[in-house]
Amino acid sequence: MLELRRVTAGYGHFTALWDITLRVEAGEAVAVVGPNGSGKTTLMRVISGLVAARTGELVFESDSLAGRRAHEIVSHGIAHVPEGRRIFPLLTVADNLKMGAFQPSARKGFAESLVRVYDLFPVLRERQKQRAGSLSGGEQQMLAIGRALMSRPKLILLDEPSMGLAPVMVLRLFDLIRRVREEGYTILVVEQNVRQVLKLVDRAYLLEVGRIRMEGRAAELSEQDFVRKAYVGL
Amino acid sequence: MRPGRVAGAALLALLALGPFLPMGGMRQYILHVLIQILIWSFIGGAWSVMGRFGLVSLGHGAFLGLGAYTVTLLWNFYSLTPWIGGVAAAALTVVVALVVAYPCSRFQVVGHYFALVTLAVGEVVRLLIIAERNWTGGSLGLSLKPATGDSLLAMQFADKRVFYYASLVLWLAGLWIWYRVDRSMARAAMEAIGEDETAAASVGIHVTRFKMGITMLSAGLTAVGGVAYAQYISYVNPDTLAGIGVSLRIVFAVVLGGMYSLLGPTVGTALTIALGEYLRVVFGLRFIGMAETIYGLLLILFIIFLPSGIYGSLRDVVARFVRPARLASGVR
Repeated sequence: MLELRRVTAGYGHFTALWDITLRVEAGEAVAVVGPNGSGKTTLMRVISGLVAARTGELVFESDSLAGRRAHEIVSHGIAHVPEGRRIFPLLTVADNLKMGAFQPSARKGFAESLVRVYDLFPVLRERQKQRAGSLSGGEQQMLAIGRALMSRPKLILLDEPSMGLAPVMVLRLFDLIRRVREEGYTILVVEQNVRQVLKLVDRAYLLEVGRIRMEGRAAELSEQDFVRKAYVGL
Repeated sequence: MRPGRVAGAALLALLALGPFLPMGGMRQYILHVLIQILIWSFIGGAWSVMGRFGLVSLGHGAFLGLGAYTVTLLWNFYSLTPWIGGVAAAALTVVVALVVAYPCSRFQVVGHYFALVTLAVGEVVRLLIIAERNWTGGSLGLSLKPATGDSLLAMQFADKRVFYYASLVLWLAGLWIWYRVDRSMARAAMEAIGEDETAAASVGIHVTRFKMGITMLSAGLTAVGGVAYAQYISYVNPDTLAGIGVSLRIVFAVVLGGMYSLLGPTVGTALTIALGEYLRVVFGLRFIGMAETIYGLLLILFIIFLPSGIYGSLRDVVARFVRPARLASGVR
């Protein structure tokens, strides 16, 4: 579904990603794990068009994404849940979700998408008239995911969904992401919480200082001594 | 009909009949003040079209000056009718706005930095007008070449009532455009962009396109306001139509009245012009700068205590008492 071949990207003179080759098949859940500053967020921003790749190829469902801007990528069926949630704090929950369906292609199925999101996250239905900024961190993350689902995507990019959440909330959130997955969405998730995310996904890539260091099935990766010591904390 | 509509219709009828109401010897003066209020309200509305979305420009004087000088110079040197000259002035201004705003948008110059860029642009236009004194008249300003008698083609009329009705129509057109923007997808997009550009881009909003569009609209309308003002006063001056002074006066009037509501810019402009006239009459030439001092103080108080302005806050209060049910159901 999504394929990156030898992608390099960065900011100004600084190169954050070197030679990234990665693929996500339809229906799969894939994680990219790695420490702070390894380029995980840049990778997400490259896929969603917020940062332009310098070299390499990005292909989504046999369309090249190279040179596409963020708004075009959304209409291709990729929704990005940015790091730090990035909801619109002054808009209501309902208006945030409405903004998720900004693209004309998403507006058609608006009512249906809304019901689907509210069924997945009932707390959003209860709080639909509240300002999004008044939600708890976990609820804001649900809203951010719900907003992404409103664009009727095929692939969802989740950037650090557990960031800044209480441990109990992290567990609940991963449960919810699992349910999103069961709904048939393909997921690419970036996480620092390696132990939890490896339970969620099929495959994972380990990113270190801008390069892919390891890849494999999630179960295998979590068994690797190296990964266990450095990231899982066992 | 709702009470709001009745009041609106009554106000409109009053405005339409205004010039024929008995005013004694004050007629010319009152008409002059009203025309100023209408034109500057239109300009304030044009500013708030972008200002309300966090695109705070402190350099709208640049667009005003470009509009006013373009139309005046085209008339004075080439005898081009202001009807066409006005369109040319607006087009030129839109292009300049694009040249300024596009790099700002691409390099994410937002918030305070954007305000500073626009502040500089306003001054640049003022200084350019002064520097090109051979054809702009420099800091002495420039008078509109008089047409022979009343002339629709030259947009020059001896009777103030013609300008009164023209500016009334202009003001109504401005309100209509403001309302259309308020009801459009662009408003939703711009609100999202104003809150968080990255998030807006990630839900599929073409950030640059919307920011450019709204900036060009605001600049173009401001230029039209400059054209109208130049035609009415038939004299242009770099200090009254470009630079920091006038740019901040526009912003102040809108912030005072409320930039998030349709009539906010009008209420704010009416109050500032009335206050300016009052202070001028009371203090005369004794306390020059008094009006500005009072403006400054009020501005600080308003930004702290009434961020949605006089009109916006009044409307909120009325809404809270009169229509609690509507408000609770999420209707604005």
